Amino acid sequence: MMETWTLLLGGFGTALQPMNLMWAFIGCLLGTAIGVLPGIGPALTVAMLLPVTAKVDPAGALIMLCGVYYGAAYGGSTTSILMNTPGESSSIMTALEGNTMAKYGRAGPALATSAIGSFIAGTIGVVLLTLFAPLVADLALKFGPAEFFSLMVLAFVTVSSVLGASMLRGMVSLALGLAIGLVGMDSIAGIPRYTAGVPELIDGIEFVLVAVGLFAVGEALYSVLYDPKGDATERNKMSSIWMTKDDWKRSWPAWLRGTAIGFPFGSIPAGGAEIPTFLSYSTERKLSKFPKEFSGEGGKGAIEGVAGPEAANNATAAGALVPLLTLGIPTSATAAILIAAFQNYNIQPGPLLFQTSGPLVWGLIASLYVGNVMLLVLNLPLVGMWARLLTIPKPQLYAGILVFASIGVYGMRQSAFDLVLMYVIGVIGVIMRRFDFPVAPVIVGMILGPMAEKQLRNALAIAQGDWLIFFKQPIACTFMVITIAVMFVPIILRKRGVRLAEDD
Amino acid sequence: MKLMLRQAMLALGTTVLLAGSALAVDNVKFMIGANPGGGYDQTGRGLGKAMVEAGAAKSAQFENKGGAGGTIGLAQFANATKGDGNAMIVTGAVMVGAIVQNKPPVTLAQITPIARLFYEYNVFVVPANSPLKSMKDVVEMLKKDPGSVKWGGGSRGSVDHISVAQIAKDAGVDPTKINYVPFQGGGEASAAILGGHVTIGTSGWNEMVQFIKSGKMRALAVTSGAKLPGETVPTLKEQGINVEIGNWRGVYGAAGISADQRKSLTDAVIAGTKQKSWNDALAANDWFPAVLTGDEFSKFVDAEHKRIEESMRAVGLVK
Repeated sequence: MMETWTLLLGGFGTALQPMNLMWAFIGCLLGTAIGVLPGIGPALTVAMLLPVTAKVDPAGALIMLCGVYYGAAYGGSTTSILMNTPGESSSIMTALEGNTMAKYGRAGPALATSAIGSFIAGTIGVVLLTLFAPLVADLALKFGPAEFFSLMVLAFVTVSSVLGASMLRGMVSLALGLAIGLVGMDSIAGIPRYTAGVPELIDGIEFVLVAVGLFAVGEALYSVLYDPKGDATERNKMSSIWMTKDDWKRSWPAWLRGTAIGFPFGSIPAGGAEIPTFLSYSTERKLSKFPKEFSGEGGKGAIEGVAGPEAANNATAAGALVPLLTLGIPTSATAAILIAAFQNYNIQPGPLLFQTSGPLVWGLIASLYVGNVMLLVLNLPLVGMWARLLTIPKPQLYAGILVFASIGVYGMRQSAFDLVLMYVIGVIGVIMRRFDFPVAPVIVGMILGPMAEKQLRNALAIAQGDWLIFFKQPIACTFMVITIAVMFVPIILRKRGVRLAEDD
Repeated sequence: MKLMLRQAMLALGTTVLLAGSALAVDNVKFMIGANPGGGYDQTGRGLGKAMVEAGAAKSAQFENKGGAGGTIGLAQFANATKGDGNAMIVTGAVMVGAIVQNKPPVTLAQITPIARLFYEYNVFVVPANSPLKSMKDVVEMLKKDPGSVKWGGGSRGSVDHISVAQIAKDAGVDPTKINYVPFQGGGEASAAILGGHVTIGTSGWNEMVQFIKSGKMRALAVTSGAKLPGETVPTLKEQGINVEIGNWRGVYGAAGISADQRKSLTDAVIAGTKQKSWNDALAANDWFPAVLTGDEFSKFVDAEHKRIEESMRAVGLVK
């Protein structure tokens, strides 16, 4: 353990050199900017910056690229909260409570809790990375298809909490999402499904497109059609920019829980950044002492519903570095491009990395601590400025959101078809709002469905068709038991006359 | 705002580049039909880098779209890049196999052949704590109960899958009875092998070599005709299994590009393959260079199509 500290201290020596501080700052700034924009993600940005590896020394370049990676996780929440337009797929959950809070004049606290939560989760994540990377990597490898599928079942069950006030309406939305997720080629056998012969649909529908269509376009069109005066007065009434004492009290535990969910999940190969945010949101909603404040219940937005998922999102980003640095296995597209950056210096991330390039890796880890502080310093002062954006009159604001959404979606693959599809989905979003169907479950279904299918098929292939595999392996069985408990314990408690917080 | 940002980033990118005197292509865009971290990925990124270094391209961009043996990426590529003389897709025997088996609506026939680049060979590995010590052990286990050997590898119909089926056939086991578990990309497959979720895994030598060298996996056999240069891992043939199978990779351009565009793209690729960094990559990954361009490459792909279809039919992967 002492040795770790010595090495880390050496790492800080590298990270705190003025040049490296500058690279970290550029990376954080760029990352925040691209996190804000839908359409360009961190993977594309890091890829575009790869040529710098030809000119900059390895420590500087890798520190900058990691800054972009981290910064994007910070920035993605901003447009979710302000405009209901998720900048990245991992900020979709943030839009639920965050945007509702913004509508009731609490954009400031929502942005602040996401920035501070990101800082805390990011920092704890890096501490865990520093101390336990090899251990976590070994644990993460225990996750095969069977374990993964059990976890997905748990996610499906807990996610019912985003279904909104009416279970039936929520299920309809979830089913719509699952159906959209089926469109395109199936990832095991490569057979096109539900493409109706449209070649653009063969590669499936991008979920950022659906999210932007349902959330941003749907809301803008709805407010024009049915709500011309709307809640403009209330929206402009900004209560406070900063978090109150009560906000702090409610955010703290959510940040910590989000981190606990996000970090281990990030380290699982093929985990993805979305599921931990779903799980964190469901957890917060189940545990909250103020369930009526959640937007699904018609409330004014609950701060823990922003704090948890944002912390989970950033902890995932730190967790993803575990398999990257210890095994050379990338868990996201951005991580894969970071591997390419390492390779440009003839460094192979993997089991031998800490021995062959120790000082560099420790410098990189130290720079993550520095980057987190920088991102907090960069983002907190922006909160006030961002929040003031909402004082823009509604017609102009919504026009802006539509322009912004169109540019972002078109930018993903320069396809006019995608643009038309986004507006079709936007109209579906209007209809859903009109008839009180929640839109978030659509996205959840779209993301979970195809992943669950793939893992189920592989798990059954490994078990030679034995469905009991999910109860025979300890980790998978644990998740199944938790799932069953989540489903039945509340029912049993109620039968025994125990009143639960969610009944109030 | 997005445009401005993109311009700013491009400017930042280009200022740090050595400006090539005569740029054959502008910003070359690679489609990689596999998730990040695998051999397809390394091929595209290595070639892109070499083309930029050669001054044959101003910059290189990469997009990963994994699944279904690369045919998902292929479908997106064919749709999104028509007539774009700067777009390329990494392809190879894996993709041809997926096309033969799944008959997707978009095939290689719709896009433009540019060049074959190299051959590589697969390795069969088990986790370090596995009781299996040689391919003989594996074959015995397979003969006893075909389903008990869980083979992990790339998508169905890939070279990985065909090689497993051929081993089964050589051992006198019905190839349709094998328990093959397809993963998306080498990264996911490596994780499944390391975690012991499959009995034995197969993937490109270069994807597995770091795990073999660090002692996390044990190599049982390579699929080449002779031992790889400087390595001691025995071939399948040396262990009495009459199977030799290689995997070639190459690049294709967009649909509907002109003859001139095809030629300048081919020239740019060739310029890239002459770079030191590309040759270093070939050596580091045990890739065996085998450049082939123009009509000869088209003919080669047609022949491969037939060859792979036949070997798949022989092992019962296609009817």
